[in-house]
Amino acid sequence: MPADPAPHGAHAARSDEATVPAGAAAPAGATRAAPQRVAQAALRDVPWEVGVAKPDPAIVVDHVTRTFGGLTAVSVDHLEIQRGGITGLIGPNGAGKTTLFNLLTGFDQPNTGTWSFNGRDLGKLSPHQVARLGVVRTFQLTKALSRLTVLQNMLLGAQGQSGESFLRALVPGTWKAQEKANTERAMDLLRRFKLDAKKDDFAGSLSGGQRKLLEMARALMSEPQVVMLDEPMAGVNPALTQSLLGHVKDLREEGMTVIFVEHDMDVVRDISDWVVVMAAGKVIAEGAPDSISQNKAVVDAYLGAHHDAPLSEEEEDRFLAEDQAAERARREDVISSDRGRKRRTRR
Amino acid sequence: MADLLNAFAIAGKAFFGFQAIFFALLAIGINVHFGYTGLLNFGQIAFAMLGGFGIAISVSQWGLPFWVGVIVGVLAAVVLALLLGLPTLRLRADYLAIVTIATAEGLRLVFRSVSATPVTGGTRGLSAFNRDFIALAPWDTGRRYDLLGTTWSGTELWVCTIGWILVALCSLLVWALMRSPWGRVVKAIREDEDAVRSLGKNVYAYKMQALVLGGIFGAFGGMVYAVGTGSAIPDQYQNANTFLAYAALILGGAARVLGPVIGSMLLLFILQFADTGLRSLIANGVIPSELLSSTDVAQLRYVLVGIGLMLLLVFRPQGIFGDRREVMLDAR
Repeated sequence: MPADPAPHGAHAARSDEATVPAGAAAPAGATRAAPQRVAQAALRDVPWEVGVAKPDPAIVVDHVTRTFGGLTAVSVDHLEIQRGGITGLIGPNGAGKTTLFNLLTGFDQPNTGTWSFNGRDLGKLSPHQVARLGVVRTFQLTKALSRLTVLQNMLLGAQGQSGESFLRALVPGTWKAQEKANTERAMDLLRRFKLDAKKDDFAGSLSGGQRKLLEMARALMSEPQVVMLDEPMAGVNPALTQSLLGHVKDLREEGMTVIFVEHDMDVVRDISDWVVVMAAGKVIAEGAPDSISQNKAVVDAYLGAHHDAPLSEEEEDRFLAEDQAAERARREDVISSDRGRKRRTRR
Repeated sequence: MADLLNAFAIAGKAFFGFQAIFFALLAIGINVHFGYTGLLNFGQIAFAMLGGFGIAISVSQWGLPFWVGVIVGVLAAVVLALLLGLPTLRLRADYLAIVTIATAEGLRLVFRSVSATPVTGGTRGLSAFNRDFIALAPWDTGRRYDLLGTTWSGTELWVCTIGWILVALCSLLVWALMRSPWGRVVKAIREDEDAVRSLGKNVYAYKMQALVLGGIFGAFGGMVYAVGTGSAIPDQYQNANTFLAYAALILGGAARVLGPVIGSMLLLFILQFADTGLRSLIANGVIPSELLSSTDVAQLRYVLVGIGLMLLLVFRPQGIFGDRREVMLDAR
């Protein structure tokens, strides 16, 4: 039983800013060499506390709230996302993960709060402006552009295309060369994602998993700095999950910052450098993947009390008995209150 | 037999006539809106009316040259597209549909109203504005010419010649745009706006450009119609024409460059052939007059078109030019 809610990190109490290796603070050169270790090394000394400052944050969120009527979907006081790392965002259904994604990428407007990317305020930008800055996202329900071919889907991701302006579109000379270069890059990516044989098929004819791959590849066409993946593994078979995981790790190796929402804890433990847990719109915990399963708040909110150990037979019997006793007590409560009500109504 | 051949020849004239051009241009515009960009414009006829009246009012009322009238008509269509698009293109697709259908009907009622009569001519409309244009014809427009088994007036021939050149140019423009990256963005917007936004494209601007472009095509259609009939009357621009243009587009195949053109020609051919054919059958007593009188024919031909469209959607949902694979994909 995880009983200790306090962070287990050896250096939890130390000031993180001072202990960060120089390479982590300036990742541009260092990321190429061993990016994974840079991000992990940088995060090793960060205490496992909600709202903790990261050595080199790419995205900083401050006091963001979003309410739908009376329901507060998101209420995040302070959150920093480490550059060059994979940050997993987990939480039970309705915790506000997707809403937070929508807010960060401009698809939704918050009631209050600010957030910035590389120190640049993103608060008033529309989705396409955010994407142009290098923050690109995928969607929980895959948005493959069905009646475009796989290759056209890919080409759409390329940024700064002169042929996308109305007047220059009419003069093929202004965009043909760029189109050719983009096509080559798209084919490289498609080969990496093993979709190159399907390049002339309609995206709508792909399987669910292939669509997930295509969506990720398409996002990469825009050469992003931050990739936000909303449940990339949902509905994907286990074999393809492994390959998707590999691709996500590759993004980190290339120096991108990855934020992803996922429900599968094995996946989260496997690939994240840092995990942020949300429940009821708030960040209730953050820390290294190992820390999360030991965090009482998370366990209560999300994982359930008996998540991490198989029960012995006696334990099982005991828990069952407790549950039944509790259930019986509850029922008696109900019955007695029912009686109470009936008595009241009779009067 | 001779009657049927005659009906065929008359229908052949409709196949190439200015009404076919009118519907072709309306449908090309709708193709840009609906076929490529996924915008539901149910008021294409409003753009046509502004095009037609742009010329009519400029020439007959303000005494401006014909070509200035053309520019006025195009500008009016651009302004209408902006006015329709500004509030609705940020919203869900249905809102544009609601606003366009209301505008088309409302604008026609305004144009035919008593208070607008000093400008638009009210219910009687305007005429005598195409003289400058007809005078440009390289042949004698007063004569009649025998062509394809029917007679054409010189004026008709001239309007149709220029009209088909216009259709060809518009189709060429659509073809050039739709093979470019611009066209790719626009088609992607049809599939899923949010995905396109997330890839850094300004969806709103693209939708606006498409709306304006299609509206201009519609205005050209209205101009051809006004010049072809020689008059501009508000009630000619009933919104039923928008839906006939949709029928033509679906018949020919949406999101295909030639779909709307061939679709319109065939639609007009079928309407005219059913009309003349049925009338001659009734006149010859092949169809007994107690079963069907010639006054019913005008309605019946639309019934036939409706049946034809239903059969088309069952057996060839992609239209004449469409790609069946593409149409059968669920649009997600």
